[in-house]
Order: sequence, then structure tokens, then C-alpha cells
Amino acid sequence: MTAPAAQARSVTKRFARGAAPALDAVSLIVATGQITGLVGPDGAGKTTLIRVLAGLLRPESGEVEALGAAPGVRAEDVGYMPQRFGLYEDLSVLQNLNLYAELRGLPPAEHAATFERLMHFTDLKRFQNRPAGKLSGGMKQKLGLACALVRTPRLLLLDEPSVGVDPVSRRELWSMVGALVGEGIGVLWSTAYLDEAERCASVCLLNEGKVLFSGPPVDLTARVAGRVQRLDDFDGGSRARLSELLARPDITDATIHGRSLILVTARDAPPLDPTSLGAGPRARLSPAAPRFEDGFVDILDRKSSGTSALAATYAEAPRGGGPAIEAKALTKRFGDFTAAEDITLNVAPGEIFGLLGPNGAGKSTTFKMLCGLLTPTSGSGAVAGRGFAEAGPAARARLGYMAQKFSLYGDLSVAQNLAFFAGAYGLVGARARDRSRELVEIFDLHRYLPVNAGTLPLGYKQRLALACAVMHEPPVLFLDEPTSGVDPIIRREFWSHINGLVERGVAVLVTTHFMEEAEYCDRIALVYRARVIATGAPDELRAQAARNTGRTDPTMEDAFVALIEAADRAREATDLAA
Amino acid sequence: MALVSPRAFGRLLAIIVKELRATLRDPRSRITLIVPPILQLFLFGMATTLEVKHFNVGILDNAGGKASTEFVQRLAGSPNVGRIVRLASPAQLRSEIESEGIIAAVVIDPRFDRDVAAGRPASLGVILDGRRSNAAQIVAGYIGVIAGSVGLEARSAPVMMGSVVRNAFNPNLDYVWFTLPSLIMMVGAVSALTVTAQSVARERELGTYEQLLVSPLRTHEILIGKMAPPLIAGLFNGTVYLLVAQIVFGVPFAGSLPLFYLTLVIYLLSLMGVGMLVSTLAATQQQAFLGVFLVTVPSVMLSGYAGPVDNMPPWLQTLSLADPCRHYLVIVDGLFLKAMPWEALWPSVMPLIIIGAVTLSAASWLFRARKE
Amino acid sequence: MITLNLRRLAALMVKEAIQIRRDPSTLLIAFVLPVILLFLFGYGVSLDTARTRVGLSIQDDSAAARGLAESYRRSRWFDVARTGSVIGLRQDLVAGRIRAILVIPTDFGRSIAAGAPKPIEIVTDGSNPNTANFVAGYAEGVRAAWAGTPPPPVTLITRFWFNPELRSRFFLVPGSIAIVMSMIGSLLTALVVAREWERGTIEAVFATPISMAEFLISKLAPYFILALVSMTICATLAVTVFGVPFRGSPLALLAVSSAFLAPALGLGLLISAATKNQFVASQVALLSAFLPALLLSGFVFEIASMPKPIQWLTMILPARYFIPCLSTVFLAGDLWAVLLPNILAMLGFGAALFALAFRFTRKRLD
Repeated sequence: MTAPAAQARSVTKRFARGAAPALDAVSLIVATGQITGLVGPDGAGKTTLIRVLAGLLRPESGEVEALGAAPGVRAEDVGYMPQRFGLYEDLSVLQNLNLYAELRGLPPAEHAATFERLMHFTDLKRFQNRPAGKLSGGMKQKLGLACALVRTPRLLLLDEPSVGVDPVSRRELWSMVGALVGEGIGVLWSTAYLDEAERCASVCLLNEGKVLFSGPPVDLTARVAGRVQRLDDFDGGSRARLSELLARPDITDATIHGRSLILVTARDAPPLDPTSLGAGPRARLSPAAPRFEDGFVDILDRKSSGTSALAATYAEAPRGGGPAIEAKALTKRFGDFTAAEDITLNVAPGEIFGLLGPNGAGKSTTFKMLCGLLTPTSGSGAVAGRGFAEAGPAARARLGYMAQKFSLYGDLSVAQNLAFFAGAYGLVGARARDRSRELVEIFDLHRYLPVNAGTLPLGYKQRLALACAVMHEPPVLFLDEPTSGVDPIIRREFWSHINGLVERGVAVLVTTHFMEEAEYCDRIALVYRARVIATGAPDELRAQAARNTGRTDPTMEDAFVALIEAADRAREATDLAA
Repeated sequence: MALVSPRAFGRLLAIIVKELRATLRDPRSRITLIVPPILQLFLFGMATTLEVKHFNVGILDNAGGKASTEFVQRLAGSPNVGRIVRLASPAQLRSEIESEGIIAAVVIDPRFDRDVAAGRPASLGVILDGRRSNAAQIVAGYIGVIAGSVGLEARSAPVMMGSVVRNAFNPNLDYVWFTLPSLIMMVGAVSALTVTAQSVARERELGTYEQLLVSPLRTHEILIGKMAPPLIAGLFNGTVYLLVAQIVFGVPFAGSLPLFYLTLVIYLLSLMGVGMLVSTLAATQQQAFLGVFLVTVPSVMLSGYAGPVDNMPPWLQTLSLADPCRHYLVIVDGLFLKAMPWEALWPSVMPLIIIGAVTLSAASWLFRARKE
Repeated sequence: MITLNLRRLAALMVKEAIQIRRDPSTLLIAFVLPVILLFLFGYGVSLDTARTRVGLSIQDDSAAARGLAESYRRSRWFDVARTGSVIGLRQDLVAGRIRAILVIPTDFGRSIAAGAPKPIEIVTDGSNPNTANFVAGYAEGVRAAWAGTPPPPVTLITRFWFNPELRSRFFLVPGSIAIVMSMIGSLLTALVVAREWERGTIEAVFATPISMAEFLISKLAPYFILALVSMTICATLAVTVFGVPFRGSPLALLAVSSAFLAPALGLGLLISAATKNQFVASQVALLSAFLPALLLSGFVFEIASMPKPIQWLTMILPARYFIPCLSTVFLAGDLWAVLLPNILAMLGFGAALFALAFRFTRKRLD
């Protein structure tokens, strides 16, 4: 066996004396000629470990080696792409490449050929004179990679290269890196997306600074082999059914997958009998392929309850009388650039509606128009029956909003955040106190009340954000990538609250890049090039993609990519005709 | 109507409390609240005096008689003079002045003693370093007074005083009596502008801005909330300086206390309008900070503290009418030392109200317009 | 061990130059701010005396009183804005409409005729001590000239070298160049390094084989040049717009400015290494570079007049050594006896600050 490209043995790193370790005796091997995945939720220690390997941080104890020497010594042979890509936004694509070529000592004679090759490889040639700051997220990511590759490295360290990037760009990046592996480069790829982990040759799963699992991903999924089943054709709504099934002791995990449910049974539990599930006479179970995520949940050994105490006391939202969110031919132009065009959609009470689309396609412009942050250039819309053009603050009082970036006041304590949002939403006196107390109870925030929100553990930040968003029991909820970067248990817990609220008639609009989140939606609109190119239930979109590509059982991500490619082909066809 | 409903009141209270907490708990704004006022009190209170003390004077004594010796002794005995440097030659005189060893050199003519003794008009040559024009001028004045006293005693008949000078409001012309009230103007400007300008920009940077905009809070409620911390900080600083000026520096406060606070609030409101404008225009705290710097330095310099407004060219005097600091300096100096009555204050208060009204309306308009 | 690879260094400097050209806040600090400051000091802070508004109360009807009043009116120092009773004028004094009241007392004419002239009463507005001093002096001067009083027994024949007309602008405008260069050297340098930390670009650069020396030099050289360009603009404006004489040589100006930039840039690097955040860096730069250069460098306020502890404090301020150099080069000429010791002091502080900055900036993130 050849020497590994990099390795860490029992590395511990603390950022402040007495603080919890960011890395706790972590060991890792990055083999040559393959992609090693560094997987885990935000705050698990992924970035710290990569920085240690790049020689940017010194570990407190343990041994680290990169290309057979101390980190930093062989810097010219290490490609490193930090989380924000390390690009100079004022410099053009070519100037960035040139800078890194000089810094990494690429001989001048090789510049032209290398740049040509990399720009072809990343398809950035058309944009070579554009400042990096003006590139889309996906293009920045490719340029970041190109800068890391400018002198062919022997070790490539990629810190969450795919975060916040749409599935199409993610796939392109993955295939680019895959091509390098063939040349014998050792790649370390860190990610919070669990589906990416499955494609790695080897995986190191980090959680709270500790290695939970290390080895080929199949070894992790093997933990749940034979325990994953798919439930189809059951009676009643999938959300209600999910919550019921999770209450059973012999089921450790359950998730919604379009119109199906994926169940994981407890270790040593007897096989499930479809009739015992109380899911109706037509319900049938079939074995399903275990996913990396199922293994992760199993290893965490925690179970989300599936019922929501939040929903239990929530004000029933009115169901009759028209859609909860309504958009009629919404268009937004910035100068001569059309960010969103002719967007029409309705979200009924008790429905989860997803907005998906590549970065810069108009998804967040649409989202912002619907929740009143942007005024449409033309078209109209209403939230909870109130047109937002006429009655701004009144319409806003009927919606709850939760942003992807943790957007509470980090310097205020939990109690102060709750008090502020209670007041901001017009809750006064006893009602404000009662509601705050109730939410503290539901989300188990007692011991964190005096703690600054910014220093909360990720899961509690998530809970606090939701608590503030539903303070006033709004009938409409806007969620912007609500669970990116959290561990799967926290995500399940979050969605069980949302599912519970939806059962009480709340309408939810969600934008996401996470295909797991997309599965929770009743309907999805795919936004591409400022327009809605497809709308339908997740199963319908998958079916449509299956028809287009001929693939059987495509994933949600496959469907996303296929629909976008189809739209591109259709556009090219009309362009040609014209 | 909207302002009195309990919900609206609740919202307003919530955002005011939140803004105060956010300002006090954020380490960065704590720094801007605490450090500049203390530093300014220290620097301005102690270091900035336009008096000239401890200056070195060279003597090129070509006379060496009774009168000239007496003059040199008196000069050496003056509390303002630091060191007397005996010069041997004009060449040494030149090099001492050039190298800034002395600020002035007195050349005593051989005839000096005889002239004084005879009661004839006598003269002393004084060469001063014009590079430090202001200090040189003051030093020339000091030397003149000492020289005059030498001659007076030599002359038999006492000279009648032609003028008697009384300094109203500040009998001893104590410089600190001028500095400390002006400091209230400066500290108010620095802290109110920085704290206000940071507020919206910080919200943008932390990503909480959108959260605020989707809540039912009205624009005016958000802006009022954002004005609470600088207002309270400004009133606090004003009070501290009011007390420190009297207790530590012994500057009497002759005016009316209610008028002091009323005008201070009006001044702070006009500053907050300016700060809010900067804040809504800036995308980051960093830009807001640079913007505030670009506004604060000219405002303070054109206020009349650094040099009288009357001395500026007319176009600059007109420009300074838009400067809240200029108007407030008149008010705070007037209240402190002169017990200025309301009628005399009004011509300075009115422009503050206009500045505040214009900038605050512009800021709230921009706040709405820049949501997108 | 300092390693320098010239290709890498050149690449980093080219990058810095492109960033300077494209970043509006850099241009703002380097070119707009200096011009604004120059104009403020040139026009806004005039310590030279203009005509002061005074009130005149004539309580005597004699020819002598009228004559003296006329002398006050014609004086180039005063603008007799009001006349009337002392009580009325007192209100004007409170309201700030006049700066002093000149009272010609009753029986003034008769007292002169009797050979025992009554003194003129001068009531100044003490709330502004400078103006008060000035008014009192000149009012008496006008009276003495009117009376034809024999000159005092000893008169001074004063000559102001380098600046015979005592224009404060001749001192303030060159001095403001020191303020401008403190801003560019310390504030701008602190900002650009902190920006790399904030945007995460420093991570990618530190993971390449560059040496610390290359990184620091690439940050210093462009801003050194930028500061000298800005200095040249200011000096040109000083001479052309404000009419400040320039008696030294451009070479000497270049030498003292370059020497000053050593500690200014060193301080900027040190601040950014310690703060790693643009906002905090700009605050620290303002408090440690701008304010001291303005208040404690001898620019506006005499160092010798400050309390001893503060005088000691000024010893470690590079600007205090730069200000005398500037006024000397502009007003006096290339007096190397003045310039050299100051240049040495500045270079010394520069070396110390660089050593500190070098120690504090590591090629690591922790």
C-alpha cells in the first residue's frame, strides 16, 4: 500500500483554554487516488481539521502529516480551497488564476497552457475578464477549485466546496474532482450533505469534534442493512401517518419520501407486519436501499419524537376561503435585468410548498416578493388574504419568517430575543408572558434563557429561531433553507414541528437546496432562468424526469437536474428556430 | 391613532428595549460608547491649550549693563519661560532658531542700557520662529510685557493706563472654561453619530435586517427604536461632562438646567438624523464608520471650536450653517458661562430643528427605498 | 530566516494594485479625504484674526469721544456692529452678537482736557479666551494710536522668520499632510490586511508557499507609493491653492515623508495583525493614529505647554517628529540639522513597529 497523502493521528485542538475541544483525538487518513469524505453537521470540527492539515492551525496534541512532512512544508504540492473559496473579488478570473499560479510557483512557461486547460475544464473561458465578485455561486466555486489546481497538487483539501450551491453545479464539481482522482491525487472533501458522503471511497464522520465513524460508506449503511423499508399505499396523510409510526418503539426512524414513507426498524425487532401498522388494507412494505443518512441516525442513537408540542396548542388556521399565499404574474426587474418573470402560484392552507432552483435563477427574488421584502415590478400577490401591496404591516403580522442564516440577535440572551419578538409582533402584557413561557416549555429552552443566542448549540439556535418565528401563531410560514448544516436528528425534529403545524392548517413556503427538505413538500415549483419551469408533487416531478431520461426510480436530485437540462434543450431549440 | 394602541405601544417598547440591550451587550458598540468619551475628556481636558508655556528664549546680549541684566533676569523668572539660552553670535542665533531649540531670540543692542538709563525710548530686537506662527505671536506678547515693565521703573513719571479690561463670563480667561463646554458638543457628535450610524448597518451585516422588515414593525417604529441608544448615551455623556466640568475642572454652570437638557435633546436628534442617513446609505459597519468619520471631522472643525466661524471665508461660513455642531457650540457655551436666555438661544436652536427634521425624513424615506 | 521570491512578491503587488484601483473606499481615503482635510485646515481653522464684531457705548458727547469712536470704526480689526447703552450691549454680548463692549466713559473729553484722562472700559466675552485676549490688546492699541501716546519706554522690534506675515495657514496646511499620511499609512494598511482576514482570502494565500516577509512587503510597498502620491497632491495644492511657500527641495520632502511612512505603515500592520477585523481595525487606527497626530503632535497645540506625563507620551508619536520636518521643508528650507534627528527617530520607531508586526503576524490562523 502506498503512503497516504495526508494523515492525522489522535489530533486534539481547543480554541480557548478550558473550552470544549473543537477536535477531540481525531484520526484520519487521506489515501492517494481517491476521495475521502469529511462529513458532519456544522460545528462538527471539519474546517478545523482541514486547516490543521493545511498548516494553518497548530494542533494541541497528536501528529499530523501532509505528503510525508509536517503541514505547510510541502505547500507547493497542496491545493487548498477554503470555505469561501479564497478568491479576490476585485480581481478578474484570469487575474486570480495568475496570482495563485505565481504564488504556488508554476513555471511561467506553463502559465498559458495551464490556464487554457483549467478554463476549459471549468467552462469559465467566457468569463475570464469578469471580476470574481460578479460570478454566480457555482462559478465562484469552480474558480476556487481552478485556483487550488493551478499547479497540479498531490493533495487537494476542499472545505465544503458544495455548500449553498445548487445540485447542477454540485454534480459538475463532483465530476471534475472525480477526474483528478484518476491522476493519483489524494482528495479530502468536507461536506454537510450526507448524500455526497455515499459517493466517497472512504468517509470520516465527525460530530461535536469526535469521529463517529471512519471507513467506506457502505460499512455505515451496513449497520442498518435489512432494517430499512418503504411503506406505500397507506391510508390517510403521510404526515399524520409518520407521526403515528414514530411513536412505535420498534421503529427508530421514519421519513417522508414523496407519497411513501421510509421506515427504519429497531435492531433485533421482529419484521414489521403491514397489517399491524394500522395503515389501511392496501398498505404494503417493501425493502429499500439504506442511505448514509439512515446509518448516521442509527449511530447517533437518538430518536425524534414525531409529535409536536408546538402544534398541539397552535391556533387552528382558517381553511376555507381561498389560498393562503397567492401570486399572480409576479415580475421583478432590476434595471434591464429580469430576476423573476410571470410567477404564478398558490399555496393552500395546510400545504407545504417548496421553491427549488439553481443559484441566481430567481428563487430568492420570488421568495422575497412573496413575504413582502421586495416590491414586484408588476403582478400582485396576497398573504393570508391580504394583498401585500395595500396592507404591508397588517399582512406581515400574519406571517412568520425564518432565514437560513441564523438571524436572531446573537448578543441578546434567549429570553431577550423572545421578549423582543413578542413585542415586535404586538403581543402585550400577560399574553406575551404566557406565550413566551409556553414556547420555552415546548422547545426546552429553560436552562439557556440567560445565555447569549449567538453561543447556543446549533440545535438550540434552530429551536429558538422557530420559536421566534411562530411567536404570534401565524397562519403562514416562510422558511429559507431552514435546516442547512444541522444534523439529521435536529432536522427531523424541526420538520415534525412543521408537519404538526401544517396539520393545523398552516401554509408553509420553503426554499431549499437540500433534497431531503424537498421531500417534505406537498408541491414543488422549480425556478430556472427567472421562470417556473415545473410544478408538482415530488413524485410527479420524479416521474416526469423518469419519462424524460428513461431512468428508473430517479432521486429528487436526478429530477432536478433532468428538468433543468430539458429546459435548456427546449430553449436552445427555440433559439435555433429563431 | 396608531401610536396609542396597546399593540403599537408594545411594539415600540419592544424595539426600544431591544436596541438598548443590543447596544449594551455588543462588545463593539460598548467600545464606541465608552472609549471615545473618556479619551476625549483626557486629551482635551489636559492637553489642548492654546496657551504657550515652557518656551525657550535665546539672548544675544551685546549690552550687558544694568537694564539688560534686569530684563534677562525678569525673563528667566517668568513662569511661562522654560530656559534661557545665552547666544554668542548671530550664527548661533540662526542655528538655534532653525533647529527649534528656541522659539525666540532677543537681541540687546549696546545702546539699550544707556537709553533706558537716560529715559529715552529704547528698543529690543526680537526674532521669532514663524513656522509656529500662533505660538510665536503669543511669545512676542509675553516678551513685550516683560520688556515694558523694565522700562517703566526706569522712567520717573508713571504712565496712565489708557484702558481697563474686564473679561465677562470668564474673568481670568481660563482656557478650560472654554474647552469643557465645547467638549459636550464634540463628545455628543462623536458618540451620537457613531452609535446611530452603526445601528442599521449592523442589522444588515448580522442578517437580522430582513427579520425586522418582515415583522409588523413600521418604519418609524424601527427608526425610533434605533434612536433610543444614542439618545440615552448622549444624555448620559452630557450629564457626566456637566458634572465633571463643575466638580473636577471648576467650570461654573451659570445657565438653566432644563434648557440645557432640552437643547441637548434637540442637538442629539439633529445628529441622529445625520447618522441615520449615513447608516441607511452604508452596506457594512465598516462603510458606516468611514462615512461617520467623513462627517464628524468637518463638523467639529467647522463648529467654531478650532477657529472662530467669523474667520472663515464666506462660502465656508454658509456651508457651516448646515453643521449641527456649529449651532450647538453657541448654545452650550452660552448656557454654561453666559446663562443665555431662551430668546438668545432660539436663533441657534431653530437651525438644529430644521437639520433634524430634514435629515430624519430623508433617512426614513431612504430606509423604505433601500429595502430592496 | 527571511526568504524572498521576487516572482511571488511581484504577483502579490500586482494584485494589490488592482484592488486599490477597484476599491472605492481606498480611493476615498487616499485621495478624497486628504483634499477635504487640506481644505478644512486651509480655510476652516483660521487662527488669523479677522474683523471682530464689537459694541460701542459712547457716554460722552465731546469731540474727543467722537474722534476715538471714529478710530474704532475705522480700525481694520473691528466691526462696530452695535452702539447703545451698556445694558443693551450686554444682552448682545450674551447672545454672541458681539465679542466685546467698548465703553467711552462720561466726561471723557473733559478728563483729557484736565490732563488726567479717564480710561476706556473694555468688556470682553471671556467664554472664548483667545478672542477676548485679542480684542483687549487691539482695542487698547487703537486707543493708544488715537491718543498719540508716546511709545512705551521699551519697544520690541519683532521679526518673524520664515513666515513674516504670521499666516497660520502656512503652518496648518503643511501640518495637515502629517494627518493625511497617518490616515493612509495606518488606517488604510490596517484595513486592507484586516479585509483579507475577514473575506477569508488570507487562508488561501497562507496555504501557498509564500513567506511572511513576501506577504508583508506586498502590503507595504503599494501603500507606501499611494501615500507618497497623495502627499504630492497635497503639497501641490498647498503651494498652488493655499500659497504656502516651498523653500526646501522636493527631495527633502520625499525623504522625511518616506521616513514617516515607516512607523505609520508599521503601526497599520500591527493593528491589523492584532484585530483581524476591519471595523475594529479602523476604530483602533483612528484612536492610535489620527487623534494623537491631530492633538498631541504639536500640530495645533504646543507640546511644551502640556502636562509632563503627556509630554512623555508624545515622545512615542511618530507624527511629532514629522510635523517640524514638514514646516521646516516648506517654510525654512532643507535644514538637515532639523531634519536628520527627526528622520532617525522616525526610522527607529518604524524598525521597532515592523519587528513587532512581524512577530505578531503568523502564517497561521490561531
